[in-house]
Amino acid sequence: MHAFDYQRPATLKDAAAFLKKNENARVLSGGQSLIPTLKMRLAQTPALVDINAIEELRVVKLEAAMLTLGAGLRHSEVATSKEVLIGIPALARVAAGIGDRQVRNMGTLGGALANNDPAADYPAAVLGLGATVHTNRRSIAADKFFTGLYETALKPGEIITSVQFPLPKRAAYIKFKNPASRFALVGVFVSEGAGVVRVAVTGAGNAGVFRVKDMEKKLGEKFAPESIAKSKVAPDKLNADLHASAEYRSHLITVLAQRAVAAALS
Amino acid sequence: MNAPHAPYIGQSIKRKEDQRFLTGGGTYTDDVAVANQTHAYFLRSPHAHAKIRSIDLNKAKAAPGVVAIFTGDDLAAAKVGGLPCGWLITDVNGQPMKEPPHPCLAQDKVRHVGDQVAVVIAETLNLAKDAAELIEVDYEILPAVVSAADARKPGVAVVHDSAPDNTCYVWSIGTQDTVDKAFASAKHVTTLEFANNRLIPNAIEPRAALAQYARGDDSYTLHVTSQNPHVERLLMTAFVLGLPEHKVRVIAPDVGGGFGSKIFLYAEETVIVWASKRVNRPIKWTAERSESFLTDAHGRDHVTKAELALDKNGKFLAMRVHTTANMGAYLSTFASCVPTILYATLLAGQYTTPAIYCEVTAVFTNTAPVDAYRGAGRPEATYVVERLVETAAREMGISPADLRRRNFITQFPYQTPVALCYDTGNYDATLTEAMKLADVAGFEARRKQAADRGKLRGLGYSTYIEACGLAPSNIAGALGARAGLFEAGEIRFHPTGSVTVFTGSHSHGQGHETTFAQVVADKLGIPVENVDVVHGDTGRIPFGMGTYGSRSIAVGGSAIMKAIDKIIDKGKKIAAHLLEASDDNIEFRDGVFTVAGTDRKKTIAEVAFAAYVPHNYPLDKLEPGLNETAFYDPANFTYPAGSHICEVEIDPQTGSTKVVNFTAVDDFGNVINPMIVEGQVHGGLAQGIGQALLEGCIYDAASGQLLTGSYMDYAMPRADDFPSFKVDTKVTACTHNPLGVKGCGEAGAIGAPAAVINAVTDALNIKDIAMPATSEKVWRALNSKGKKTK
Repeated sequence: MHAFDYQRPATLKDAAAFLKKNENARVLSGGQSLIPTLKMRLAQTPALVDINAIEELRVVKLEAAMLTLGAGLRHSEVATSKEVLIGIPALARVAAGIGDRQVRNMGTLGGALANNDPAADYPAAVLGLGATVHTNRRSIAADKFFTGLYETALKPGEIITSVQFPLPKRAAYIKFKNPASRFALVGVFVSEGAGVVRVAVTGAGNAGVFRVKDMEKKLGEKFAPESIAKSKVAPDKLNADLHASAEYRSHLITVLAQRAVAAALS
Repeated sequence: MNAPHAPYIGQSIKRKEDQRFLTGGGTYTDDVAVANQTHAYFLRSPHAHAKIRSIDLNKAKAAPGVVAIFTGDDLAAAKVGGLPCGWLITDVNGQPMKEPPHPCLAQDKVRHVGDQVAVVIAETLNLAKDAAELIEVDYEILPAVVSAADARKPGVAVVHDSAPDNTCYVWSIGTQDTVDKAFASAKHVTTLEFANNRLIPNAIEPRAALAQYARGDDSYTLHVTSQNPHVERLLMTAFVLGLPEHKVRVIAPDVGGGFGSKIFLYAEETVIVWASKRVNRPIKWTAERSESFLTDAHGRDHVTKAELALDKNGKFLAMRVHTTANMGAYLSTFASCVPTILYATLLAGQYTTPAIYCEVTAVFTNTAPVDAYRGAGRPEATYVVERLVETAAREMGISPADLRRRNFITQFPYQTPVALCYDTGNYDATLTEAMKLADVAGFEARRKQAADRGKLRGLGYSTYIEACGLAPSNIAGALGARAGLFEAGEIRFHPTGSVTVFTGSHSHGQGHETTFAQVVADKLGIPVENVDVVHGDTGRIPFGMGTYGSRSIAVGGSAIMKAIDKIIDKGKKIAAHLLEASDDNIEFRDGVFTVAGTDRKKTIAEVAFAAYVPHNYPLDKLEPGLNETAFYDPANFTYPAGSHICEVEIDPQTGSTKVVNFTAVDDFGNVINPMIVEGQVHGGLAQGIGQALLEGCIYDAASGQLLTGSYMDYAMPRADDFPSFKVDTKVTACTHNPLGVKGCGEAGAIGAPAAVINAVTDALNIKDIAMPATSEKVWRALNSKGKKTK
């Protein structure tokens, strides 16, 4: 690891001020991706701004039609939160299935979204639920937030503060794990809200998480697994690597989407 | 629970070593820290194959905290030799194998990604890494060849100029004519072509070393993660550094797993031993996990065509096998014997196949060296035999168990056509028991229930044999071994009756501190708490060949038994003196020397005390003290064997395969500690099933880069990949060692892969599928089958 400065501000304002002064500083949230890359010297930073002491990032609020979760909540907290289990149980299950116990006890919602790993679980949930990402500067709809592999709409110095999820009528996430990393080889999040069906896929897209509009349309007509049995995502939009070809990922998306619908219905 | 008491042999005593391991009290090499120590970091090649035009160290040498930097030129100038290969294979033309130089730091050329280019020694590891980033190496990148299948194709990269066709040797065993004739007359021939996938060992503790030079007496102490410290010292001093053996002490303290990968002499520890005198300071090096992936000797990596000839009744007539084995970029310590001596000699399996021919071509490639990995040759052989047998059974419409039984060896000793002579076994007994435990009778019902749930079930057998207890030194020598394969043991009674056992075997997860103590306590009739076992230190142990090839209890245990016999013999003489009887009249039983037919007796503790406080002692006839050393060279290999039965369930929609039942009934001869044996079997099964379904080392064919260089991409099995194993043993005692033991360390990894693939191919109703049988491969197999039937 190369040497770096370290700051641990107690307020969002102080964090933002520091980031403004130190253009190349990186925000440290759960650190489950950032710290290993620093240790392996794959990344280098002049300064880390540790936001783990900022109370404002720890909000949990369940309202009639909305669940708001602070960006600083650990996966293990989301997985076991009463509000989440009541409001969007599928989201609690997503959090419970991320990484391993150690990762879940450190990794955060905001950190996972800002990193936007193309095989991460949370991006599928956020996109699949049509959530809104709030930052210290603005609100960004999920559809505008994820812009590519490890890329988001966040500007330099911008910090995610919370995520607002509209409560769906039903939802489910099915992940087919990469046997090595246990990230999603393909993961499909399906939700049915008030007149809206969303299908979001992680692990498979060559530009990161994406929605499957054809499936959404067919499920909008009839929310049942058989509605999408013939709906395919073309392999040319998908990722191919040593773990899976694009054709196989395309096949898995259809299988898992049907299973997610069945799970949401059960 | 009450403390266990004699007889200890056969009891599942809790492991003595676990208290310290589970409470963080172990001392691993990286835990050893000494005053004034420096840290080494190895700059490694980022290329699979390149000429080194120049290395500029100027900036790096000026970096903060740098003590010294050395390159291959420095080693060459100091006349440091290359790493030796410990086994000479003579090829089909009577010529010695090609042994290209294996420099400790690259000279002129790098030959695989991770090849050592320079060592930076600095005050801290971080400073060493900082300096290494400042080394400028000018590489001329060359084309690379990585696969065994490509290595001999015309026009591919040449790894060593001294082996222009990338061939280390072409070796054979058996008579080709006889085998060809048997094939010509066969009623049925089963043919399979497959790869035995390359594996990365992944011991939990990465390799590490701490080298200390003592100016006072010009000696060295090396702490190192080794399975065999004496062999490490012998190879390092005699073949590489030219140091007197008595000036080097090698200590292998607690070692966190080896699986073969820590048998070998590696460049890193050799370089830092040499450098510790140059810088006159201790040097510590610990591999990072990425370095383990790149530079620990890998395992397996065969490409094979295998054929089995059968008569109309399913009797095996002959077997013909052609294998190409990947040696990697350099010959590692025992690389050459793995795909030959430890492979082709096992092709008889448990069967009476009268004629076997096997030809092995060993090739160099631009990959990490390949050497022994849990099972070492025997898993590859078992895969060949058991895939052939299962496939032949299906092709001929005979049940796989029945076909095996028709061909089982039932008369012992049995001389195979491939050099080995099995002393004992009962293959039908393990198969019958395994079929009962696995509830084979209920399988069809389970298959139907699975089909009702839309799932595919399959059942596969593997009835394996292995040759362990390496090895009779004279036979090994005739086959090319450049070392003996005996073992040494020493029993030291202390004056107050407790015992220290010194063994040349090395425990790095096997539980010797418990098992060996059980043997000694049992045979000497003393409490097991009074016995401690010392291993892994050339400064304390007479000699040792170390632990590999499931040899510890069979060879190391036998050496201890011989030392125990000497102790008892001497004890009888002392007791005779104390009891005023003749030596012949003394009996020893349960720790007590008795004058036959009387109640006059002395405990062994009393005898030990008399030996060390010899006031009343036959000093004219007998030396004081009770300390005996023995060396044991085995008369034969041991032949553990067993039956594995795997049941899988496949989700045809995703191709995902789940092992739902795995049964292993093994014959390891007599068992000292059933719990430890079961643990060894579990670990072996995890690695064997891992090979079949998950693990696979992949190098990029174009660039030679290691694509599976971390746990993000290399699928290590985890506990939840497995069902609860059903494990049992049947015993036929080994006929030629004093404990009647055979060894259990590798069996799981040897038997399991074929059982799993036999189950997967059964479920899919296909002839073959490549390992690891990933979900995509299974899905593709199902798809292409669908197309064919259309």
